[in-house]
Amino acid sequence: MARTDFGPPHYSTLIPDIIKENYGKWLYHEQIRPGVLKHVSETGAELYTVRVGSPRLASIDFIREICEIADKYSKGHLRFTSRHNIEFLLDDQELVEPLLQELAQRGLPVGGTGHSVSNIVHTQGWVHCHSSATDASGLVKSLMDGLYDYFVENKLPNMVRIAVACCLNMCGAVHCSDIAIVGIHRKPPRIDHEKVSKVSEIPSVIQSCPTGAIKPNPKLKSVDVNPDKCMYCGNCYTVCPAMPIADPENDGVAIFVGGKVSNARTAPKFSRLAIPYLPNNPPRWTETVEAVKHLLEVYAKNALPGERYGEWIERIGWERFFKLTGLPFTEKHIDDFIFAPTTFRTTTQFNW
Amino acid sequence: MANEEQKTPLLDQLEEGRWPSFVKEIKKAAAKNKKAEALLGQLELSYTEKKVHWKHGGIVGVKGYGGGVIGRYSDLPEQFPDAAEFHTIRVNQPAGWFYTTEALRKLCDIWEKYGSGLTNFHGTTGDAILLGIDTDKLQACFDELAEAGFDLGGSGSDLRTPSCCVGPARCEFACFDTLDVCHEITMEFQNELHRPMWPYKFKIKIAGCPNDCVASIARADLSVIGTWRDAIRVDQEEVRAYVESGFDIQGMVVDKCPKKAVKFNAETREIFIDNETCTRCMHCINEMPKALRVGKEGGATLLIGAKAPIVKSAFMSWVIIPFMEMKPPYTELKDFVRTITDWWDENGKTRERIGETIYRLGMPKFLRDTGIKPVPQMVTAPRANPYYFWYPEEVK
Ligand code: SF4
Ligand code: SF4
Repeated sequence: MARTDFGPPHYSTLIPDIIKENYGKWLYHEQIRPGVLKHVSETGAELYTVRVGSPRLASIDFIREICEIADKYSKGHLRFTSRHNIEFLLDDQELVEPLLQELAQRGLPVGGTGHSVSNIVHTQGWVHCHSSATDASGLVKSLMDGLYDYFVENKLPNMVRIAVACCLNMCGAVHCSDIAIVGIHRKPPRIDHEKVSKVSEIPSVIQSCPTGAIKPNPKLKSVDVNPDKCMYCGNCYTVCPAMPIADPENDGVAIFVGGKVSNARTAPKFSRLAIPYLPNNPPRWTETVEAVKHLLEVYAKNALPGERYGEWIERIGWERFFKLTGLPFTEKHIDDFIFAPTTFRTTTQFNW
Repeated sequence: MANEEQKTPLLDQLEEGRWPSFVKEIKKAAAKNKKAEALLGQLELSYTEKKVHWKHGGIVGVKGYGGGVIGRYSDLPEQFPDAAEFHTIRVNQPAGWFYTTEALRKLCDIWEKYGSGLTNFHGTTGDAILLGIDTDKLQACFDELAEAGFDLGGSGSDLRTPSCCVGPARCEFACFDTLDVCHEITMEFQNELHRPMWPYKFKIKIAGCPNDCVASIARADLSVIGTWRDAIRVDQEEVRAYVESGFDIQGMVVDKCPKKAVKFNAETREIFIDNETCTRCMHCINEMPKALRVGKEGGATLLIGAKAPIVKSAFMSWVIIPFMEMKPPYTELKDFVRTITDWWDENGKTRERIGETIYRLGMPKFLRDTGIKPVPQMVTAPRANPYYFWYPEEVK
């Protein structure tokens, strides 16, 4: 039997020499242009990082291509970021310009640092996940085509983290993003009564529902869903494959704004609902791309330098956010789930 | 090998535009591999019908492991026989996502031999994802991965692959060695990582400073976030250099300090920080990295409980240990992980994340059971109601 539990390769065997020599000794960094960082060490050493956008879903040809680039410019080393960007790590300033030229020739965008839109963190969608309500790769490709200038330039008040989750599981901290796009269903699951007890345990199915919408149906040895209580989370489907919820007509996306994970200045925040529903419109998701662009532009125009999306909204108030964006405020924006009362206003201090 | 007949008019549109195209990637793989070609066909159908065509994962895996491979089956196996089985292999990424081209090429060669040739660099959990392999090829593929030094990551109800920010490898803000902690924790909990035996998944994410570049506070059941106990280090010469360069210290730093802890003397052009009031939010340091540095006495704050909305609302992690020194071999941290996961294993229901278990049973019970001392850093404010429990030993 093959050996097991030996763990990942040790990072020390993979980092470039300049990092080995200056590990823990970095003094400061600067952005010398969008997508290019310079880190300076106590030893005086200088490290240049060139950050490149990636399609995330990559063929081995692509990986071999970036290996070729890394061999040529960064001594056979590279790293990936938590937002799926690729970083080439150069110890020679002379090579930065030629690398940028080569990347431009190969059509690989450089950016994602400073006050920009970084690569979009996303999930699998129709490409590979069973519970997705929308695709992620196609939506992200369309969004990044539309937001390209915001990746390669620093023209926003602060960084804007966009994330896409193809269902309410929201893998990847989507729910704390400046702009979060989430695949949603809008109708209760359809029940295949014949199959329910064959493919799942009924008590687990009942327990899986956060709103208590699922009741046993002893006659059919199955379950029933109370449509008035179901809010279409799809959790029951994850537990019971005989309760499919995907629906081409009614699935789509919702957009949440103003979240962040960083503790800088203000506390981390959840993203809040801005747009309850936009239709799935593959392959280009035009409505969604337009909506995100609009949300970004209103922020860029109105926020103060350095303000994150949520900080801007907190300063001007949600009242004005809806006015400035022209988005309708509806009953969908008023919470009725578990911690709803914490979002109701308990002061006379508000804006008109 | 590419099937000339297969038309993908919708996906083809996603080859346009300036951003790198994943459709081009699938096509590159499809030119050499039938599984990738089948994926292209099935995905086009999803785009036509606006509906996913993957079924629930069945149990597949490799010898000795319970996790690390995710079963994936097409719901149209007759139409797309080559995608009928399309499993995912999660490969445990090196800490900080550093690679040599040699290591990456090895991965590519193995994946070319056994799988579709499609990958994610990386999945949202952190692993390098190999996307699309048949059941009967899994073992041989893993054996070769193991030979090349690549182990599996976590999937299912186990410890998910820990991940960390770039840390001291390239960041001056790192308050401890995130890569080393990530690697050590990963090695220590190999059994928990590879054999699902807990109520649900458990994620550990390790960030070197409060900027939290791995989003640990939003998605890790255990968030390890760097901080310091002493004063922010100030280099007044560099402060002056910022002033001379025209940087608006008053507007960008002093006015924006959430605790109003920064004072700027315009005459001497010096900065003073009231470190007792400062909450170490990083703002001033982010703005003036040449002049300000995190303190010397670095360590981490441990927070627990974060999760996304499913099932009963999203949580962000709660402060449990305000400060822990992060000194190898990290015994204190390892013990802490054991303590809390043992408690959760005992008290959690199936598919309940630790934050939900704590919420259901109450934080005081959690603290009491695990022997963790309550401190004011744990709350934004004490409770406002008088509904608390007394235990028999506390009353007569
Ligand atoms: S979709 Fe969610 S809310 Fe609706 S029945 Fe299933 S578990 Fe309950
Ligand atoms: S770290 Fe934050 S709270 Fe502390 S002085 Fe700087 S800006 Fe103020």
